[in-house]
Amino acid sequence: MFPETLEFHVEDYINDFIDWLVTNGSIVFGTISSVILSLLLAVHNLLNVTPWWVIVGIVIFGAWLATKKITLPIVLGVLLTIIGVFGLWALAMETLALVITAVVFSIAIGIPLGVLMAQFDRFATVLKPLLDAMQTMPSFVHLIPAMMLFGLGKVPAVLATMIYAIPPVIRLTNLGIRQVPKQVQEAAIAYGATNKQLLKEVRLPLALPTILAGVNQTTMMALAMVVIASMIGARGLGQEVLLAINRVDVGKGFEAGISIVILAIVIDRITQGIAKRWQPPKS
Amino acid sequence: MSTAIKVQNLWKIYSDIHDRDINVEDEEMIEKIEKMDEPVIAVRDVSLEVKEGEVFVIMGLSGSGKSTLIRCLLRLLEPTSGEIQINEYEVTNLNDSELIDFRRKEVAMVFQHYGLLPHRTVRENVEFGLKIRGEDKEVRKKRALEAIERVGLKGWEDNHPSALSGGMRQRVGIARALVMDTPILLMDEPFSGLDPLIRREMQDELIRLQEEMHKTTFFVTHDLNEAIRLGDRIAIMKEGDIVQTGKIHDIVKNPADDYVKKFVQDVKRQITDDIDSDNNNEKKAITDVS
Repeated sequence: MFPETLEFHVEDYINDFIDWLVTNGSIVFGTISSVILSLLLAVHNLLNVTPWWVIVGIVIFGAWLATKKITLPIVLGVLLTIIGVFGLWALAMETLALVITAVVFSIAIGIPLGVLMAQFDRFATVLKPLLDAMQTMPSFVHLIPAMMLFGLGKVPAVLATMIYAIPPVIRLTNLGIRQVPKQVQEAAIAYGATNKQLLKEVRLPLALPTILAGVNQTTMMALAMVVIASMIGARGLGQEVLLAINRVDVGKGFEAGISIVILAIVIDRITQGIAKRWQPPKS
Repeated sequence: MSTAIKVQNLWKIYSDIHDRDINVEDEEMIEKIEKMDEPVIAVRDVSLEVKEGEVFVIMGLSGSGKSTLIRCLLRLLEPTSGEIQINEYEVTNLNDSELIDFRRKEVAMVFQHYGLLPHRTVRENVEFGLKIRGEDKEVRKKRALEAIERVGLKGWEDNHPSALSGGMRQRVGIARALVMDTPILLMDEPFSGLDPLIRREMQDELIRLQEEMHKTTFFVTHDLNEAIRLGDRIAIMKEGDIVQTGKIHDIVKNPADDYVKKFVQDVKRQITDDIDSDNNNEKKAITDVS
């Protein structure tokens, strides 16, 4: 047995600290919360108002635009319809709204951070271990900080999702910019490009395929996390799975699980298609 | 004729391998790695003058510091010490915004590896410098099309560089430089990556363009033939040092040391025999170290 005299708990300190943070930072958290919530509601409402066949149509058209193939868009459309057939359409849209919100914020924060990482080596050395930590942590450990600061519900779900899903877009933005050929950058500098012009005209466009691959990965991870975030009240398809587990209802779990897989396939195919289209002609 | 470029006691020493990883060509990188434990002297106390309207060729083998030297002229590499004066610009004393202004208005550079943007068309690539300089869209387009025609790429303006051969890509690189209409043209081994026939064609092209424009050109090459064909005056560089500067005849007649002598011995035979250089391409290729 481990001697009791050597036991030491940080539990109280952490709880005190969080209490202090919540009381003193209420304005900050309130603002974050309302910003996230307003986007989430807007996306959710939009998805709810739109008839199902319009959404299926948009997915088919989007997939066609992204891939210029015929069969794939149709397959995606059929798959999406299956979700509705299972009676899980509303829940799927709820999940989708969470994913979209989390991804939008992840991109908005992740790409600038990636750019900074590529520009400043020191910033990269600081951020890298942090990203490593974020990625190695088991996914539902992410729920703890989000829940501590924002309680239960959709906002902490989006936050937990963001923490989990943001590393790929940061990393791949950094990587993409660092991989831009030095000769092209040198030529731009020789013609008098400022740092801003170099970024806008050369670095970002040339890094775009890699950045989009990062967005694709971030989206897939967001979807995975949104399911887990149902434990803190994200609802949607994840909650359906959670209920099925609790009731040992295999059939229900299967339906919800398949629906999640379908969402994943649809999102993955479309974002990958977009990423591929941005690939510049090979030299 | 007045002096366009004046370099005085220029030094460039690499003492830190991670410093400026952006502009270093592979050959230099390798050399640096070889000598990692000590400071590397890439340019050693170089002084030179280029007159307005002349083609001045820097000739040297790999790692002789010629690429470093040309990069110092527009401070793509920061010289360790020394002074550079290009027309009215004291290049070594410019602050950041003056330097950008100088690069936009005074010099245009052609690179060995082209440095074209793969996601832009030929026309957009040629427009690049003008866009950076903030020129009007219509002006940009008009001048870019003129420059494209001038280098013989008419009809290709909407293609991407990937659709072009090496020689054509370098024509785009040249058009991008010409369109800037700068007083000074810097060329860093522009034809070294091309096969011999195309290289010769491009040299003829440059001679033709030069007859039209009489632009002050600072040309770097490792190819003695190229130096002889294009250069009004030649400077031979060895291990960061300029060994000899002058017209080719003077260099052949009075080589400064054994190094230069060895370098030009084939040429000497040709010039004394007064044979057209065309017939001796193969013989001269011996001096062509790449």
